[in-house]
Amino acid sequence: MVLAVQSYAQFKMLNLETRLGAVINMSLVRELGPVLAATMLAGRVGSAMAAELGTMRVTEQIDALAVMGADPIHYLVVPRFLACLVLIPALTLVADFMGVVGGYYYSVYLLHIDAYYYLQNSANYVGWFDLFSGTAKTLFFGGAIAVIGCHHGFHCDPGAEGVGRAATYAFVHSFVTILLLDLLLGIGFDALYNVLFPQGPRLI
Amino acid sequence: MTYATEPHVSPTATAAPTDGHVLVEVDHLTVTFGRQMVLRDISVQIRRGETVAILGESGCGKTVFLKTLVALQRPTRGRVLFDGQDLFRLSAAELARERTRMGFVFQNAALFDSMTIGENIAFPLRQHRQLSEDEIQAIVRARVAEVGLPLSVLRKKPGEISGGMRKRVGLARALALEPELMLYDEPTTGLDPIMSDVINELILRTRRQHPVTSIIVTHDMRTATKVCERIVMLYPLARLKPGESQILYDGPAAEIEKASDRRVIQFVRGEAGERLMEMAREENNHAQSAEESVHG
Repeated sequence: MVLAVQSYAQFKMLNLETRLGAVINMSLVRELGPVLAATMLAGRVGSAMAAELGTMRVTEQIDALAVMGADPIHYLVVPRFLACLVLIPALTLVADFMGVVGGYYYSVYLLHIDAYYYLQNSANYVGWFDLFSGTAKTLFFGGAIAVIGCHHGFHCDPGAEGVGRAATYAFVHSFVTILLLDLLLGIGFDALYNVLFPQGPRLI
Repeated sequence: MTYATEPHVSPTATAAPTDGHVLVEVDHLTVTFGRQMVLRDISVQIRRGETVAILGESGCGKTVFLKTLVALQRPTRGRVLFDGQDLFRLSAAELARERTRMGFVFQNAALFDSMTIGENIAFPLRQHRQLSEDEIQAIVRARVAEVGLPLSVLRKKPGEISGGMRKRVGLARALALEPELMLYDEPTTGLDPIMSDVINELILRTRRQHPVTSIIVTHDMRTATKVCERIVMLYPLARLKPGESQILYDGPAAEIEKASDRRVIQFVRGEAGERLMEMAREENNHAQSAEESVHG
């Protein structure tokens, strides 16, 4: 919806407002959906993981696990890692869907863009590879959020201040990592696209 | 709610018989954190069936010492042998197996907040034993009864019970796998005098009912003399002379008051003595060093 708000005037000047669907939906499935969903989850899930594991660290619960013969990594980190790997892509698809619906609603009903051409252009420009690359990125984002959150929790400084700092660093480091991964994976998936579809448009 | 009601009996009379076999051996143990050395060249042997108190002032490295015995803290130098095996040379699976022979009662119990009391006590049974749910629940109920808690506590979460009850649950959980070695990290710290004595009595009862070797880290003289037959007293490294042993006393609990080292007597009697002047001198030295570093 925000993209529609920001882009409509420029597209209207060029009489290309019906192409807004392609722009919005392409941006959504390739970048905005994955990155914004992962960023939100880094704040909600990553910080919570760091805080929970940090509290367990300062109250010696992780030591208690180890002393009782359980592997703390296997017991605490692996389930969180797998949960992030499975659910962050799923949540991204939900975010994409909501973005597509919201963009359609705003463009067609509030900006009065022709619905047929809006949808046709979306279908012409947004392909399965765009959806695949956007969703595949979130596997890496989810893994990064889990690893970074758990790392900061396990290496938390003592006390409430240490736990708070761990939660903050978990979000900040996850966010920066998501942006870096987004850049690298974007380049990587574009290169993969060019290998699979040599006749397609090139980035470089 | 029931508490231990047996009359107090002297620790030597109820000590588990020791066959002389060395269960825990600490060999020239040194632990350093960055540039700060906490333990220096500690060598101790603990025989099967003994109950040993590790005494000392705050900051002398008692808890660090205890954690090296369960391989929670890696030493900078030296070895820790449990039943002849170097714990720090074992694989992860072997270490996990050896740890099932130990029970550790943490200072603040370290109960898992997300689980009920019953689930906490059942945790080691579910991890390491192939038991039916009925068998697990029977063991959990037996352990809870041993530590004098009502069965209604099983459904509660750790945050819903008092500190004394949490300590007793920690003891019950540590006993779940019938360990050979029990380690207690300051079991009576933070408790009122009556609850402290309840914990002491529970430790004595545990020793009577289970054939365990016990190592108790404490700075509570009452616990040390009531529960233990041997005391090892550590001293903070920072206040030792170069080359002096960090172990000031290693002998019978009943004879600690006859120790020749005045620092041992000072600790036993709880006398500040020259300690206040020493602390004031240390503070002045620190302030002077800080001022010198600011002004160059």
